[in-house]
Amino acid sequence: MSSTASTQTGQKAQSLTLVEAIQDGLYTEMAQDDSVVVLGEDVGKNGGVFRATDQLYEEFGEDRVIDTPLAEAGIVGASIGLAQTGMKPVPEMQFMGFMYPAFDQIVSHAARLRSRSQGQYSVPMVIRAPYGGGIRAPEHHSESKEAFFVHEPGLKVVSPSTPYDAKGLLAASIHDPDPVIFLEPKLIYRAFREDVPTKPYEVSLSEAAVRRDGSDISVYTWGAMTRPALIAAENLSQSHGIDTEVIDLRTLSPLDTETITDSFKKTGRAAIVHEAPKTGGLGAEIATTIQEEALVHQEAPIKRIAGFDAPMPLHSLEDYYLPQAVRIQDGIRETVEF
Amino acid sequence: MNMKNEAGSKDVPAAVREDSDIVQILDAEGDVLPQASVPDISDRQLLELYETIKLARHFDQRAISFQRQGRLATYAPMTGQEGSQVATSLALAEQDWLFPTYREHAAKYAHGMDLASLFEPLRGHREGYAIPEGVNVMPEYIPIATQVPQAMGMAWGHKLQGKTDTAVLCHLGDGATSEGDFHEGLNFAGVFDVPAVFVCNNNQWAISVPRERQTASETIAEKAQAYGIDGVRVDGLDPLAVYKVASEALEKARNPGPGELRPTLIESVQYRFGAHTTADDPSVYRDESEEEVWRDRDPVDRIETYLYNEGILDSDLESEIQDRIEQEVSEAIETAEQTETSPDNIVEHVYEDVPARLEQQRDELNRLREKYDDGAFSEVLE
Repeated sequence: MSSTASTQTGQKAQSLTLVEAIQDGLYTEMAQDDSVVVLGEDVGKNGGVFRATDQLYEEFGEDRVIDTPLAEAGIVGASIGLAQTGMKPVPEMQFMGFMYPAFDQIVSHAARLRSRSQGQYSVPMVIRAPYGGGIRAPEHHSESKEAFFVHEPGLKVVSPSTPYDAKGLLAASIHDPDPVIFLEPKLIYRAFREDVPTKPYEVSLSEAAVRRDGSDISVYTWGAMTRPALIAAENLSQSHGIDTEVIDLRTLSPLDTETITDSFKKTGRAAIVHEAPKTGGLGAEIATTIQEEALVHQEAPIKRIAGFDAPMPLHSLEDYYLPQAVRIQDGIRETVEF
Repeated sequence: MNMKNEAGSKDVPAAVREDSDIVQILDAEGDVLPQASVPDISDRQLLELYETIKLARHFDQRAISFQRQGRLATYAPMTGQEGSQVATSLALAEQDWLFPTYREHAAKYAHGMDLASLFEPLRGHREGYAIPEGVNVMPEYIPIATQVPQAMGMAWGHKLQGKTDTAVLCHLGDGATSEGDFHEGLNFAGVFDVPAVFVCNNNQWAISVPRERQTASETIAEKAQAYGIDGVRVDGLDPLAVYKVASEALEKARNPGPGELRPTLIESVQYRFGAHTTADDPSVYRDESEEEVWRDRDPVDRIETYLYNEGILDSDLESEIQDRIEQEVSEAIETAEQTETSPDNIVEHVYEDVPARLEQQRDELNRLREKYDDGAFSEVLE
């Protein structure tokens, strides 16, 4: 698809959607490193249910782009084994809501083989999974359960919010010596395009991005929620003169504490936006980190704008469940006007 | 109960033609095969079987068309599989329990679910998942194979309480046989000898992955051997054969003969004529010519021909039935389209009582809904 075309035409950048940037990132890494293999359900001939692995099967063949039986524990367990032979597996979990059969393999082994073997063995592997709501999908297809994985030491957890970052973070994840859970916000898979360099590049797994500079309040978010947060910031700037800083965490574990606290020290106010249920969500960790590191700068309670402590509803109610710009604006105002 | 299929008949798809035993009663045309024994079903029951299969086909076509119009969300079509779904459900006694997956719309309807309620989740309303009192159907299972150990557990519970007149019928797909839950559920079923029947709807494709890549086993039915239980292959596009096999398996689950174990794994050999779901495009991964071969064995045509041959159905009755099912499906759609849901539903039924913390979150949502227009919530997030 895109990569083949751009290589042929010698373009330096292409305008890609987020899902195309993932495909381009996989293509780029596979082209330069024979040890990278993609495996999962429907990733081969079908090119992935979201087309994230489109054309890879045709380009790299069935030994590197592997349609597996329908078995998530098998896919991840086998990937851990493959990784012991010097290969770099990039297994796909079709939806985050279907990852749970692989949970034991991920938390008991992928996350711990390094520490268990005292550094002798490791699991360089990237588990890709589309996550999040907003696409009118059936039950189990809209979950945001990043906190499960953030809670597990030994895993890195990454979620891009732009096409450029998607390719760069994926490259950094594949090059990383430790297992990475790479969560793809499927709501914005095709929402917008951005110039993405054709050449290989990395976006660091240890740096959050400041998406909008501001002085009144810091909004912390990631993935698909970055856009409504930016819309809310823009709206409030025009309607109320509130100057909002928006931080896109990009890597959810380990957290970039420095960027988080530096922003807060500047604004003294914070709101955290995530799709996942509020209780035990990553917002709690961010709020506590801020209080540990920068309490003396705090001027208002830290606001969490999150999903409900309830299962994700079916699509007719998902707009109420997910943090919309209107909820984010309300939360920002409440915090600024405290 | 097994009998050999006509070996080598060229209109029989390879998966049906394999040399292992497969139960068939009707040939591809709907004529009774030589030596086949037709199950003892009354004309009234045969017409019920026929009408329900016809209704399922019509339901499927309407649902796909409504999805294309944007009136329903993602739908999992069942064309080609209705015969097996309806036949297995009609083999159930009223007290028996059904464990459906996301594709068993017709199986649910044939075991007592209201037709309108099947449309409601497709409109995004969870209310349609509520099962009416007295209808022994579990809500649909979407995570693959997770229903298998649960169906075993329910059958076990009945057995432990001396209620072996109640059987459990659990649906699963060919893809599900690769999951750990399939193995664990069937292993338990054998060890604890529970009154359960597991029906693997082998429709040849798990989205894009063909049956032969799902398992190196020649058949799915043979996996039963590893659990010490019976495995039976049946032509899943032959409703009479499926009815016979399911009835016998359910009877054995209730009243096993000497030395027999109660559970059975039925491999109902079918074909998914349509897409995995309306979000899927099968032309990317399979040949249309393959589909054509199976279309020649369409369950609707076969049961129809059989009923005409037997003089049970004529053209007047056929059009009467057609009118009736079209009206029933239309009324169900109308009912489903009139149902409303409320954002309150988000916090309801999470626990028996809404915890204070969740109540607070509901109040916060209602405060925002009052403060801003409801339309503000449906702004497209992207």
